[in-house]
Amino acid sequence: MKLEGKTWKFGNDVDTDVIIPARYLNTSSPEELARHCMEDADPSFSSKVQPGDIIVAGKNFGCGSSREHAPIAIKASGVAAVIAHSFARIFYRNSINIGLPIFESPEAAERVEAGHQVAIDTESGQIKNLTTGEIFQAQPFPSFMQELIEAGGLMNYVAKKVKGNA
Amino acid sequence: MGMTITEKILAEHAGLEKVEPGQLINAKLDIVLGNDITAPVAIKEFKKLGLEKVFDKERVCLVPDHFTPNKDIKSAEQAKMLREFAREQDLTNYFDVGQMGVEHCLLPEQGIVVPGDVVIGADSHTCTYGALGAFATGVGSTDMAAGMATGEAWFKVPESIKFVYYGKLQPYVGGKDLILHTIGDIGVDGARYMAMEFTGEAISGLSMDNRFTMCNMAIEAGGKNGIIHFDEITEAYVKNRAKRTWKVFQSDADAKYAQVIEYDCSKIEPQVAFPHLPENTKPISQVGNVTIDQVVIGSCTNGRMEDLRVAASILKGHKVHKEIRLIVIPGTQEIYRQAMHEGLFDIFLDAGAAISTPTCGPCLGGHMGILAKGERALSTTNRNFVGRMGHPESEVYLASPAVAAASAVLGRIAAPWEVK
Repeated sequence: MKLEGKTWKFGNDVDTDVIIPARYLNTSSPEELARHCMEDADPSFSSKVQPGDIIVAGKNFGCGSSREHAPIAIKASGVAAVIAHSFARIFYRNSINIGLPIFESPEAAERVEAGHQVAIDTESGQIKNLTTGEIFQAQPFPSFMQELIEAGGLMNYVAKKVKGNA
Repeated sequence: MGMTITEKILAEHAGLEKVEPGQLINAKLDIVLGNDITAPVAIKEFKKLGLEKVFDKERVCLVPDHFTPNKDIKSAEQAKMLREFAREQDLTNYFDVGQMGVEHCLLPEQGIVVPGDVVIGADSHTCTYGALGAFATGVGSTDMAAGMATGEAWFKVPESIKFVYYGKLQPYVGGKDLILHTIGDIGVDGARYMAMEFTGEAISGLSMDNRFTMCNMAIEAGGKNGIIHFDEITEAYVKNRAKRTWKVFQSDADAKYAQVIEYDCSKIEPQVAFPHLPENTKPISQVGNVTIDQVVIGSCTNGRMEDLRVAASILKGHKVHKEIRLIVIPGTQEIYRQAMHEGLFDIFLDAGAAISTPTCGPCLGGHMGILAKGERALSTTNRNFVGRMGHPESEVYLASPAVAAASAVLGRIAAPWEVK
């Protein structure tokens, strides 16, 4: 799959309290969560983000709480993918489980700036900065995770397994 | 080459002789946990599978502790989902208001988690149970749903970092100070994806309550799990509580570590983490004059009996500063009763503190102690991110119950020995 969009840039250690503050966790509705996505980092984010936009961030993106509401809010706000220098482990796992495309590339995280136009080839992990012409290669997923992604997330994978046992 | 305690527990639960860091395994789960924020999403996902029953009604635990007693109508609806699911599935370990405690204080206290277990919880501080010599890690709601359905989860076997704490602890220095000092040293991603194995003479001398505090904050260094070896102290804690038989695992002498980090505890002072990351630590002697508006003593990090005793020992005979609101939150109903019996409530009430029913409430900016714009709190909780306890322009400083009690009396962040 090819993704293309305009980038939003955030720094290091963006935690899940910033991605979706706990004061909004009295719901799990993706649409409601999306209205407050990234609110404490950039209050204008939810009103300005466009479908297909791409988040680019520094190291340890998604650290802190295990709330799956964080990748859910990002996905529901229309963001097509997140590129980061590195991801915190629970966020990484949650993103794969719910089918939010994520890419680890320290080079892209450093070089891509806010407002650039970026294209991602999700199969190969190639990231192209269409604004500057630079090309980056994201870390490939281990084959088991590739399987999960291809199955459309963990629950589809489990559903197959559960049916197989029945 | 030998294996670490983490590798041994995972190998056993995956039915393998040996595992290595980086290996992807499928492991059997002893306990699957969720709370009123994360379980609603998991329950919805579980129901989509069309399964009638969870894998084991005694091993799926639901603890509505975050926004309970229900803070608003939406929270009440979420708690209701848990209640209905627990009834429908006839779950043994569902704890409603009245039995409920902060989940990571409650599960060990009730003997639901035992040494040698593999536990996943849809809460990042699930790593707390590593203090029992178990492998426990936080996951999201979808992993919880899959765990409830199958009783299994996939893991990447983590590399381990061995932390060795040697030397004698200074007065008023405990588990909270050791873990804050460690996070300050290695950073909030210093142990990302890794097991943090806490060892050394200082750890052997720590009480269970202090050990829970240390393992609780492994996630604040990005760790997958924190873990401490089983010993006489662990045994004394679990023997009259354990609901199941347990198994003891020990790291081999020739186990492989990604890194070994040593700390001389005789040089560690009480620690304070400044906003807005737990890694922004300073020893108490370098804090300077930081005035505060609110002090919170509680949470899955520091809401246990020993935490309340230390706080009470400092507050005894003193009044909370007139510009401070002190909120004390015993972690469970049992801790609440014990603190009351020991006379700690009289000390807290005489000092002018509010005593709350068990809840995660203020720690995550839920309810029961939210900060206004520009306000500052000193808290025994685990996170000081932007907006964590309320307004995005409020601030949270993290410290031990001893520092919290002293700060409540003096109206600024203070060392315990300053209260005379």
